[in-house]
Amino acid sequence: MKAVISVIGKDRVGIIAKVSGILSESNVNILDISQTIMQDIFTMVLISDISSSSIDFTELKKKLTQAGDELGVSISVQHEDLFNSMHRI
Amino acid sequence: MLSQLEILETLKMFREEHLDIRTITMGISLRDCADSNIDEACRKVYDKITRCAEHLVKIGEEIETEYGVPIINKRISVTPISHLCDAAKEGDPVLFALTLDRAAMATGVNFIGGYSALVQKGYTMGEKRLIESIPEALSRTKLVCSSVNIGSTRSGINMDAVGQMGTIIKTAAEKTADTGGFACAKLVVFCNAVEDNPFMAGAFLGEGEGETVINVGISGPGVVKTALERLGKDADLGEVAETVKRTAFKITRVGQLVAQEASKRLHVPFGIVDLSLAPTPAIGDSVAYILEEMGLEVCGTHGTTAALALLNDAVKKGGVMASSYVGGLSGAFIPVSEDAGMIHAAECGALSLDKLEAMTAVCSVGLDMIVVPGDTSASTISAIIADEAAIGMVNNKTTAVRIIPAPGRKVGEVVEFGGLLGTGPVMPVSEFQSDGFIHRGGRIPAPLHSLKN
Repeated sequence: MKAVISVIGKDRVGIIAKVSGILSESNVNILDISQTIMQDIFTMVLISDISSSSIDFTELKKKLTQAGDELGVSISVQHEDLFNSMHRI
Repeated sequence: MLSQLEILETLKMFREEHLDIRTITMGISLRDCADSNIDEACRKVYDKITRCAEHLVKIGEEIETEYGVPIINKRISVTPISHLCDAAKEGDPVLFALTLDRAAMATGVNFIGGYSALVQKGYTMGEKRLIESIPEALSRTKLVCSSVNIGSTRSGINMDAVGQMGTIIKTAAEKTADTGGFACAKLVVFCNAVEDNPFMAGAFLGEGEGETVINVGISGPGVVKTALERLGKDADLGEVAETVKRTAFKITRVGQLVAQEASKRLHVPFGIVDLSLAPTPAIGDSVAYILEEMGLEVCGTHGTTAALALLNDAVKKGGVMASSYVGGLSGAFIPVSEDAGMIHAAECGALSLDKLEAMTAVCSVGLDMIVVPGDTSASTISAIIADEAAIGMVNNKTTAVRIIPAPGRKVGEVVEFGGLLGTGPVMPVSEFQSDGFIHRGGRIPAPLHSLKN
């Protein structure tokens, strides 16, 4: 299963390091990553393969949300199908 | 691969534009629970509901977590309870309402609908007893919703039932006077009621439905409003319609996904997605604001009916391709107390009951969550129901009346219901009487175009 991880918030040092660190610890492979600064807001969208993840979805989501709180950014983790069904026929 | 813009667009819909799934509603047939002994019937009802819906809330929450889609309500709809009253000839129908309430609490759902009777052509004994018990049933329960179908295009309008419902609504309001007549917010009077409606208070599981079914109702007025904002003030109405269609498609896809997942995980067949734009009292989640974005100063002014007709049609056209099965009420909802823009429009005098009545001819339901003065007579309420039913009957569409004659309240006051039900400004009704018309009773014959065979 693929998950879309999105990070939105004020830019600072270490956001990508922290997020990718958690993913690496949990054996989650990053398939695609894109990052921009839109109107001073740090925006990162990351598509990951979580099928071999060492922890379950809820646990991963909890870890990333906590990391988001520490970094002062908002992190969401969502099943890729949500985006596919909305944007692909 | 998905583009970053597409992903951000979706995220924005959930974060800023209030997109959510309004409800996953599980329909449960209670036909096999009929018993001549009411206590035995209640036991069967409780057991069946708690067994079938045991995992409904948990699975709803799982889907919410995995997809990051807020699912506001999980609900249950059941076979009209009047069928069980027909079998249990002795015993108080309120016992069924209390049982439904207990079962709803045990499963953790937000509402349970189906304390209902379909009497568009006539009453059975059970239906008569159920309708008489509605005020008490709704005042003694918390989560039970009730509906009565008093007319249809095929059968005409049962004016005896229309007359009776005026009195039932008045009594229900008086029994819950301390909460502004809250019981009436859980009671809908329908013409052409649908069998697979996932929305409350009018949900019940119809005759043609199976054992269990999953129906999903979407929301999303905020998303449509923002899309129109981006379109700008000079786009013509053809472009407006196109934008609404495209947006409705995207919203409905989310509904379809959630419905399919819920159906798969609960092992319950997928019924329909209801393509309704359902507002909430939250600022920015309003159908009235969409109409105002189209260029009306305030919802309710001249042009409102045309704007609503465009919106309602475009929502359906966009949504219908996004879902494999569409049903329920499907269209825009215009509940006054549940929509910040409608509340404002009613308070500033732009939106009258008469304009709302015209609007119901072109949208999905009817006069919804309307608060009227507490001294409104039963026959006036019946006459309001009759007018709505006539619009539904003649236009071959569902219309409904959910009206609250708030005890002791006068025009200009406001009644707080809380939560999704919002805040209702008390709206004026005609000061002239209709009692002679309602007193006649009988049946208004079905219109000529009902003879389709």
